[in-house]
Amino acid sequence: MYRFAAVLGAVIAVAMPSLYDAHAATAQENYRLYCTQCHGITGNGHGINADGLAVSARDHSSAIEMSKLTDEELRLAITKGGEAVTKSELMPPWAQVLRANEIDELVVHLRKLCKCVAAK
Amino acid sequence: MMHNRLLTVAWGALTLIVAAGSEVVALDGKAVFAERCASCHNATGPAPASLEGVLERKAPDLFYAGSKFNLDWLEQWIQSPSPIRRSGVMFLNHVITEGGKDRINEDTIKACPSKLNAEEAGSVTEYLMALKDPKMRTGVISRDKKFSMAQALRLFTKQYPCIGCHTVKVKENETGGISGPSLTDAGARLNPDWVYARIMDPQYWDPKTWMPKIELSHEKRETLTLFVVSPK
Ligand code: HEC
Ligand code: HEC
Ligand code: HEC
Repeated sequence: MYRFAAVLGAVIAVAMPSLYDAHAATAQENYRLYCTQCHGITGNGHGINADGLAVSARDHSSAIEMSKLTDEELRLAITKGGEAVTKSELMPPWAQVLRANEIDELVVHLRKLCKCVAAK
Repeated sequence: MMHNRLLTVAWGALTLIVAAGSEVVALDGKAVFAERCASCHNATGPAPASLEGVLERKAPDLFYAGSKFNLDWLEQWIQSPSPIRRSGVMFLNHVITEGGKDRINEDTIKACPSKLNAEEAGSVTEYLMALKDPKMRTGVISRDKKFSMAQALRLFTKQYPCIGCHTVKVKENETGGISGPSLTDAGARLNPDWVYARIMDPQYWDPKTWMPKIELSHEKRETLTLFVVSPK
């Protein structure tokens, strides 16, 4: 009986994430939907909302700007918003919209956009 | 079979009696909507759950119209629509990048073609106003409650990112971002209880909306709501 439950559990554990992933959005999709409105289609900080932002959105394509930031800071800024990293509150928090693994994937995506590595 | 026939006859008789009772036979708002509006607007739900679905959506969802709008505004607006969303229904369908800067190509934005006459508008409004979200709390916001404009502006433009995506009037000047609807006439348009609920949980109404869900105390959310519905 226990053995059966364990096997069943394992089967579910293997099947679930793949079922889930079939509908999960990729980092590119999430970036397009949630981030480009301010950070721009190319990530350069000139999105359609630029005129409404008193503080410019970070240029994610700039290796110089982005290599000053650690991956942990990127994660924190996306999760809890600009305020959590003592930057502008115009950068919104996304913890209640994106799952932790989606935010991790966005950090990886940002490193591709800037073609740079994290500050140590 | 027999039963059905009987029912049909009974219905017919009933309809006749009701129709004869009222002076004019009212237009069926649901039928007008099905013919003239449903090709673009979703009045049955649910909202799209994927990015592709959001990109394909032609017009705002109306399946909770009765919770969202003020009746008077709705009845007027569908007789002569004016623009609400400066970046279209979905900005990604209208954005172009020129010289490294994004902008909205206004030529690609289609206006709502609803030009109903007064009688049609009355019946469609009646139909739409009956589409209410059963779970939304009502009686939360009393529109006339006093609030501090200075605090509201601080919340909307500094402490939270609202201004980044929404245009509002600040001291007679329109300012703000455009990826969300303009809120300059939100008081006439939107039901205050819905505004409160929409700020509280944007993804409840539209799972793939690009507005973030932000933690706020009841007091702050109430102040933001009163601010949003103050201009008319
Ligand atoms: C409402 C506009 C807006 C949206 C939407 C937005 N951002 Fe930002 N973001 C900003 C602004 C403004 C800044 C600059 C803050 C500053 O420099 O003070 C910023 C800064 C950042 C930073 C740099 C933080 C730092 O420590 O310097 C990162 C990383 C970032 N955003 C990621 C994202 C991601 C990922 C998304 C989408 C999930 C996103 N942003 C959506 C406005 C926005
Ligand atoms: C060709 C597609 C199309 C048809 C047909 C259409 N609409 Fe619209 N409608 C739109 C678009 C696009 C908008 C968004 C306009 C804006 O934001 O400026 C809109 C907006 C609206 C709104 C405001 C919704 C909101 O959330 O702000 C209402 C109400 C509405 N339409 C009612 C109607 C009615 C009633 C009909 C039928 C008589 C109709 N529409 C037919 C495209 C359409
Ligand atoms: C990153 C962009 C963004 C930010 C930041 C944002 N919103 Fe929104 N907001 C949207 C979008 C997108 C919609 C819905 C779009 C639609 O219906 O077409 C929306 C809808 C609304 C509505 C309903 C308006 C309508 O006409 O349907 C209200 C009210 C609102 N937001 C208030 C706020 C408040 C208050 C804040 C700050 C706490 C805020 N928003 C922050 C993008 C944003």
